[in-house]
Amino acid sequence: MPEAAFAQTPAAVLKLKGLQAWYNESHILHGVDLDVREGELVTLLGRNGAGKTTTLKSIMGIVGKRSGSITFHDRELIHLSIDRIARLGVALCPEERAIFASLSVKENLFLPPEIAKTGAMTADRIFTLFPNLRERLSSGGGKLSGGEQQMLAIARILRTGARFLMLDEPTEGLAPVIIQQIGRTIAELKREGFTILLVEQNFRFAATIADRFFVMGHGRIIDAFANSELPGKMDMLHEALGV
Amino acid sequence: MSVRLEAPAIAADATARDRRANAIAFAVMVGLIVLAPFVAYPFFIMQALCFALFACAFNLLIGYVNLLSLGHAMFLGLASYVCAHAAKVWGLEPVSAIALGVAASAALGVVTGALAIRSIGIYFAMITVAFSQMVYFFCVEAPFTHGEDGIQAVPQGRALGLFDLSNPWILYVFVAIVFLFGFLAVQRTVNSPFGEILKAIRENEPRVISLGYRSMQYKLAAFSLSAAIAGLAGATKAIVAQNASLTDVSFAMSGEVVLMTLVGGMGTFYGPVIGAFIVVSMQNYLAQYGEWVTVIQGVVFVACVLVFRRGIVGELAARARISL
Amino acid sequence: MNVFGHVISWPQLYGQLLIGLINGSFYALLSLGLAVIFGMLTIVNFAHGAFYMMGAFGAYFLLKLAGLDYWWALILSPFAIGAIGAIVERLFLKRLVGLDPLYSLLLTFGLALIFQGLFQNFFGASGLPYAIPKQLSGAYNLGFMFLPVYRGWVIVASMVVSFGTWLVIEKTKLGAYLRAATENPTMVRAFGINVPRMVTLTYGFGVALAAFAGVLAAPINQVRPGMGADIIAVVFAVVVIGGMGSIMGSILTGFVLGVVEGLTKVFYPEASNTVVFVIMAIVLLIRPAGLFGRAS
Ligand SMILES: Nc1ncnc2c1ncn2[C@@H]1O[C@H](COP(=O)(O)OP(=O)(O)OP(=O)(O)O)[C@@H](O)[C@H]1O
Ligand SMILES: [Mg+2]
Repeated sequence: MPEAAFAQTPAAVLKLKGLQAWYNESHILHGVDLDVREGELVTLLGRNGAGKTTTLKSIMGIVGKRSGSITFHDRELIHLSIDRIARLGVALCPEERAIFASLSVKENLFLPPEIAKTGAMTADRIFTLFPNLRERLSSGGGKLSGGEQQMLAIARILRTGARFLMLDEPTEGLAPVIIQQIGRTIAELKREGFTILLVEQNFRFAATIADRFFVMGHGRIIDAFANSELPGKMDMLHEALGV
Repeated sequence: MSVRLEAPAIAADATARDRRANAIAFAVMVGLIVLAPFVAYPFFIMQALCFALFACAFNLLIGYVNLLSLGHAMFLGLASYVCAHAAKVWGLEPVSAIALGVAASAALGVVTGALAIRSIGIYFAMITVAFSQMVYFFCVEAPFTHGEDGIQAVPQGRALGLFDLSNPWILYVFVAIVFLFGFLAVQRTVNSPFGEILKAIRENEPRVISLGYRSMQYKLAAFSLSAAIAGLAGATKAIVAQNASLTDVSFAMSGEVVLMTLVGGMGTFYGPVIGAFIVVSMQNYLAQYGEWVTVIQGVVFVACVLVFRRGIVGELAARARISL
Repeated sequence: MNVFGHVISWPQLYGQLLIGLINGSFYALLSLGLAVIFGMLTIVNFAHGAFYMMGAFGAYFLLKLAGLDYWWALILSPFAIGAIGAIVERLFLKRLVGLDPLYSLLLTFGLALIFQGLFQNFFGASGLPYAIPKQLSGAYNLGFMFLPVYRGWVIVASMVVSFGTWLVIEKTKLGAYLRAATENPTMVRAFGINVPRMVTLTYGFGVALAAFAGVLAAPINQVRPGMGADIIAVVFAVVVIGGMGSIMGSILTGFVLGVVEGLTKVFYPEASNTVVFVIMAIVLLIRPAGLFGRAS
């Protein structure tokens, strides 16, 4: 039985062990352990300031000083530069969305270079996922609405062939209809086999799509559980997230 | 509890140490100024003191307001011309001639400052370069400056009608007094409430504005004061050297004052003085090597920026944990 | 015509307009290079004038030492000086990332002193002659004036290179990388682009533009160690007037101010050296961020 369970568990795409991170002198992550398996959608929950964004940035290599271990497909990332990490197939959709205002929507969308020949989405497929973008292709990146920006930020990283996506609070500040649309899109991405690490404050939203949850507090993982265990975790979550 | 009591005590101790260190440094500097003419060529010391004052003026901006002026020679040079002209053509006695030079530079400081201080950082630096170039061309063209020849044989005259500055000893005392006056003016300004606001602007300008201060007016005042003191240095130099020339308004001169301050230590009181003596000595000793002086200055510049950003005095002060 | 007491003839007017356009060509190329560098590195390259001078010397060396003519120089000299620029960025400027940009400014200032001092040592202050290539000698008769072919060529070459650079930056993928990295270098790196290398190449390219202007200038102004120092303050004024960071702004301002300077020489010659600075003062009064700049 344990053997069978082992066989069914897909290999870990990403593994963090004892990840610590600093901004200048302030110590933000104090040893984060986390894993994401092939094809899985893992959600990272936690209060404001818990260190979720810092975790994603550390994986991407954006945080200046970090220690511990980050392996991606068994390859150590901790000493690699940002662009090397990106070229291995790690893609980040940042919290602030980072749409380039001096570039048109089209330029934004086609900016990230292809890093893998296979697994990249075609432009047509992207436009069926995000029909609004097609109409706005020639407008300036700075002129999009919040929802459009979010869609563009997600669309942008689908074209490159990266199969591991990190989405930082994609629903933040958006209207309920847009949140639903983004939820459907993320579910679709998962069906297509993308491995996704999602940061969310809104765990009701996450509950509809996530396989597993990690809960963060003060720069540490304080709990981890599967989606099926969610009902029993409600009290803990209300406490941990302060909702 | 004890920790909370200790912190202010340490701070108070530090300011007491700073004060003591500054008193010692000042005494040493005055002592050296008194002794210098007996061991070195007085003309050289007087010229170096003028440049030291010029560097102190420049340092008031870069060191305490974080404004890098790359056109400060315009103040040195303009005052030098005005003073030389007033002394030679109008026959004014040296103190009035110097005062006129200072007034001219201060006025130039107000006008250029009003336009430049609205920008910061590199933008500010470029604007000052451009203005100084404009003043340079003005000095090339204006009839009273005599173009390439400059104003020569400026009479030294009797200061206030009493002290005959053509006597080298009296001239030396006069220059020393002017220097100390300017030096203390800078130091007083920095340590005054006005100076505290300047430093606050350097650290966080939006916050100072939100506290209700008009930061622009403070910056303009600092800029004009710096221009006036640079003018004092230039005018005095015209009396010492008995000439005024295009060298003093040139872009190279603007660069030299940056170098002096950088070598000695930006944001320190004594750094610019030491830096000025080093750069002026370097020029004297290397004069025979022609343009190599420029190359060596460039190398010192690059070396300071890369590995010695605090400068001599800044480095010493940091090691001794005092502020000089 | 009689203006301000000066008697002005039409040929004189055309002549000065032409000289103005030539100077404007150099201003445009130089301020464009500064703008490209500023956009990417947010530093002001004070060594720009020195690189311009070195571009001209590059042409001189290529001719004297390797026998390579003007056309080779037009390509090789900017390439070589650009490579020196890239090395400077790698060796020095890179170490100052994250510090106050004033330090990089001072560093390039020091480099300018070194380069200029070295050339002055070896070549003195006077100019070395560099002949106009024979394909470009002579003059066209335009009916109302004679246009020396070489001068026409300088204007055309400068316009082509300036607007070509603008096109590349505004309309191509490469340009999109540059603009994006100007805005948010970290994010561009997170897409897998080697931004540090891009920064090095950008600096090298900006320097190469200055060197290109230097080669163009060699047959007109002679090759002099001081040629960069003489022009750089005006170029800074041009950049301040146009507004930092605007590519098209720096090109247009460069040409227009060259012409304005030329016209001033006709109508009020005493002010021709200062007119650009006066315009700068006026622009600063009205638009502190420059004509094309965005207020920060
Ligand atoms: N650039 C920075 N410099 C210094 N401290 C930072 C920086 N960015 C974040 N921090 C600090 O690090 C801690 C963790 O921040 P982080 O952005 O990772 O939180 P988060 O979990 O993503 O929160 P949120 O839900 O608000 O996005 C916070 O205390 C924050 O103040
Ligand atoms: Mg966050």
